Amino acid sequence: MERGIFYWIGFLLQEFWPNFWKGTLITIQISVLGTVLGFLLGFLIGIFYSTPAHPNDNTAKKILLRFEKALCLIYVNVFRGTPMMVQAMIIYYGLRTYGVAITSFIAAILVVLLNTGAYMAESVRGAIHAIDNGQFEGGKAMGMSHLKIMMSVVMPQVFRNLIPEMGNQFITNLKMTSVLNVVGISELYFVTKTTANIYYKYFEAFLITGMIYLVLCTLASQLLKLLEKKMAGKNEYEIAAEYLVQ
Amino acid sequence: MAIITVSHLSKSFGKNEVLKDIDFCISKGEVVCVIGSSGSGKSTLLRCMNLLEIKTSGTVSFHDKEIGGSQRRVNEYRSKVGMVFQSFNLFNNMNVLQNCMSGSRKVLGRSKQESKTLAIKYLKKVGMAPYINAMPAQLSGGQKQRVAIARALTMEPEVLLFDEPTSALDPEMVGEVLAVMKELAAEGLTMVIVTHEMAFARDVSDRTIFMDQGVIAECDVPERLFTNPSNPRTKEFLTRFIAS
Ligand SMILES: Nc1ncnc2c1ncn2[C@@H]1O[C@H](COP(=O)(O)OP(=O)(O)OP(=O)(O)O)[C@@H](O)[C@H]1O
Ligand SMILES: [Mg+2]
Repeated sequence: MERGIFYWIGFLLQEFWPNFWKGTLITIQISVLGTVLGFLLGFLIGIFYSTPAHPNDNTAKKILLRFEKALCLIYVNVFRGTPMMVQAMIIYYGLRTYGVAITSFIAAILVVLLNTGAYMAESVRGAIHAIDNGQFEGGKAMGMSHLKIMMSVVMPQVFRNLIPEMGNQFITNLKMTSVLNVVGISELYFVTKTTANIYYKYFEAFLITGMIYLVLCTLASQLLKLLEKKMAGKNEYEIAAEYLVQ
Repeated sequence: MAIITVSHLSKSFGKNEVLKDIDFCISKGEVVCVIGSSGSGKSTLLRCMNLLEIKTSGTVSFHDKEIGGSQRRVNEYRSKVGMVFQSFNLFNNMNVLQNCMSGSRKVLGRSKQESKTLAIKYLKKVGMAPYINAMPAQLSGGQKQRVAIARALTMEPEVLLFDEPTSALDPEMVGEVLAVMKELAAEGLTMVIVTHEMAFARDVSDRTIFMDQGVIAECDVPERLFTNPSNPRTKEFLTRFIAS
């Protein structure tokens, strides 16, 4: 008698749950590490990119700044303009060819990080640009340095405005890690393929994996909504009664 | 003795010469109002005075020392010369109290406690102390501007520059801001005020400046400038203003 899909799903889960579990953990590790480090990189480049040239700088310094900005631009365009899978192959095998043996885990994180960094750099630059110039001038007029204005006035606003975007990026990364199986990292997609191969049960195995991705992404987006709500602050403020007219 | 001296100041935006060889100074305790038609260069003059705009030529001196050179010196100067903007420019990510404490803490390096005490002192002065927990977005225009004034005062500057502080306000809120400024004037705070409020200018200023097409067309005590101006352009401006 043919056994139905529910039987096989149950069977696969029972027999191979450690595989799915390990794959899920690796997927989470790569996405979280890659995304967080990528955000850092993106913020650094975005901030650097938005730094105005100082009028008192000498020519050499100005040229250097131009050059560095051009490098950033190249980086952003290369990583936004090529598929992640291709980047993974080039970074993993390329580095090996030149004698830098990195593990596939490191390679995977590197790819996610560099991708996220490129996308975030552009978003951060745009978000800084969108902050009203009055915010800068208010700080300048009090004698704040550019760095202080950025740290205490502009970036907190930019960060808050970018939370939805960062959430999207994280969810995209969770799913995009599946292409990294090309460098032999045993993330969720990879383990599913090998597990399915044992009994030739592709449909059932990938149904399980689809569910796992769905749960991960749903959890992530719920967490983000919570964070957004928290960052939005209260709608009302309390009157400080002790200072009402004496 | 002059606190700020502006001499031979010129400023061009591209080919457009907006300020032409301006000479002007302000002494301790003086209140100077700057009037003039739109586009005459009033804001640009004020912005050049605290180096928000880079002058084309001429000098700005503070206690007879020329300001410029290192950004550190510029920032130190700015911490002693406050500015209040038409558009308030309160920090959107901070509540009223944090806004007022920000410069005191981050620029002057005062302690948290001292900054708070000063901030509250000046918030009380402008009648905004009960609102310390409010965010700028939760305030009316007049309230925002009073907080902006308190924020500038918390730095305890030697001079306060105002660029049309009431022009972005609904008419019913203009009065509350002008009242605060009048009080400051009475207390002897040194102020340069760009304004379109003629009655106010006449009332508070020790000297009134009429700007026209990038030059100081007339500078006199308000009693003379408003009633018997020597420059026909001043007269023309004032009659046009009264007519409208
Ligand atoms: N950033 C800028 N770039 C180019 N031109 C400018 C800039 N800022 C001001 N100007 C020009 O300089 C002239 C003077 O402007 P300014 O803002 O100083 O006038 P104002 O007297 O303050 O006018 P208002 O009463 O309307 O505020 C105007 O012709 C204006 O178009
Ligand atoms: Mg103006």
